[in-house]
Amino acid sequence: MFPPVLVLAAVAGGTALGAAALASARWPYRSPGAAILLWQALGLSWGLAAVGALAALGAVPGRYGVAGGALSGAVRALRSTALGFGAPTLIAAARLAVLAASAALFALLCWVLVAASAAVIVARRRHRVLLSLLAHGDPKVPGALVVDHPAAAAYCVPGLHSAIVISAGTLDLLDAAELAAVLAHERAHLRARHDLVLLPFSALGRAFPRSRLVRQSHATVALLVEMLADDRALRQRPARELATALLRVGASGAGLAPSGALAAVGTADAEVAARVARLLTPQARLPLHVQALVCCTAALLVAVPVTLLLHSF
Amino acid sequence: MGYQHVQLLKVGCPVSAPGCPFAPAEPVFSCFGSEVRVTCVNRLGELERAIMDVLWDSTEPLTVRQVGLRLINRDLAHTTVMTVLDRLAKKGFARRQRDGRAWRYQAAANREAYVTELMLHALDQTGDRSAALASFARRVSDSEAEVLRRALESLGELPRD
Repeated sequence: MFPPVLVLAAVAGGTALGAAALASARWPYRSPGAAILLWQALGLSWGLAAVGALAALGAVPGRYGVAGGALSGAVRALRSTALGFGAPTLIAAARLAVLAASAALFALLCWVLVAASAAVIVARRRHRVLLSLLAHGDPKVPGALVVDHPAAAAYCVPGLHSAIVISAGTLDLLDAAELAAVLAHERAHLRARHDLVLLPFSALGRAFPRSRLVRQSHATVALLVEMLADDRALRQRPARELATALLRVGASGAGLAPSGALAAVGTADAEVAARVARLLTPQARLPLHVQALVCCTAALLVAVPVTLLLHSF
Repeated sequence: MGYQHVQLLKVGCPVSAPGCPFAPAEPVFSCFGSEVRVTCVNRLGELERAIMDVLWDSTEPLTVRQVGLRLINRDLAHTTVMTVLDRLAKKGFARRQRDGRAWRYQAAANREAYVTELMLHALDQTGDRSAALASFARRVSDSEAEVLRRALESLGELPRD
């Protein structure tokens, strides 16, 4: 057998196991930035290794790694089935089947990324048009838009034309210092384009809507992104303001959505509490050498499948 | 599109009204492109908003002329109002019906319906987590909200509602 298939399969399985372990680990709270990098690497590495392992099954040994071998494997199998000579037809058919599965998985992963991006763009455009008709400025929250609604909401619309939106309910709920902390948090999201970090994971959710691991991964990365924005906000505002703002907005839970829409809540429950605990009893960041180790692991995770795909040994 | 921009340039962009969110020195919605186009796009949005306000405040369908008369402190050409109303109708925010030789416009839905749509999209992030918006704090269940309220009290802060 072609050895890369074993390595790639091991990487695909290992990244899935690693994601499950990372989702329940607590060290990422201490250095959310490094952990997010590791999550991105896990996702990318899993995709490459899963596509690559299938391709390697149908590949023939060649100079240009699994990708080149898969192409020549496909050509050889097609030729032998079409012309009726060469390798036995059963093997050719099996080879074509795994190569088709590999191509289909690759196409699916690309497609969900495009579809998720398109859905996000459409939703944001509609949201921005509505904001331009309904929202207004308010001196209490400079640079943000205010929507007149009693429910507490504070969010940002990322993108080239970004906006921070605060509901009238939030204006009543929070004092000036807490509002400033919320604005600092949202500005951190917008400046660092945290939405792009989450996009691949919401795309994976589209590809595998039933997968518990994918849902868990998405929720974990979303929480880490919030913690990262909290950390950025702390550079400008005291932790306590941000913590009380979080508690107030989280506890307000003003009923707006029809009761059925709330059924999905559950994963969000522990998030606010985890963020508040982190703000009020801060833990030391991971030591620099541990962070470097995490980054090296992330680089290695991507480098292994890429090398096997493009290079033969 | 191009035609409308040219037309707006010809009649002169309306001066943005006080209280407009797009007026501040640091624009909330920035645009690529030339200076002239940027200001016109922003002012076009501001004009749409003013005209929607007129439609929302009215109980009956209005003609273009009536809309123009109700836009206080603005000296707008008839064609400008007509163009913006037409855009709003195309976007689905206004509905129009024939009345003799003129069109009459009304809002497709009331202001509250659109505000509700905005807030549902903003608050219902836990459902789809589509990454379109980023909420400060996601909604929590009632039992968890109680836990948060107690945490707030233990900090010596009174929960406000």
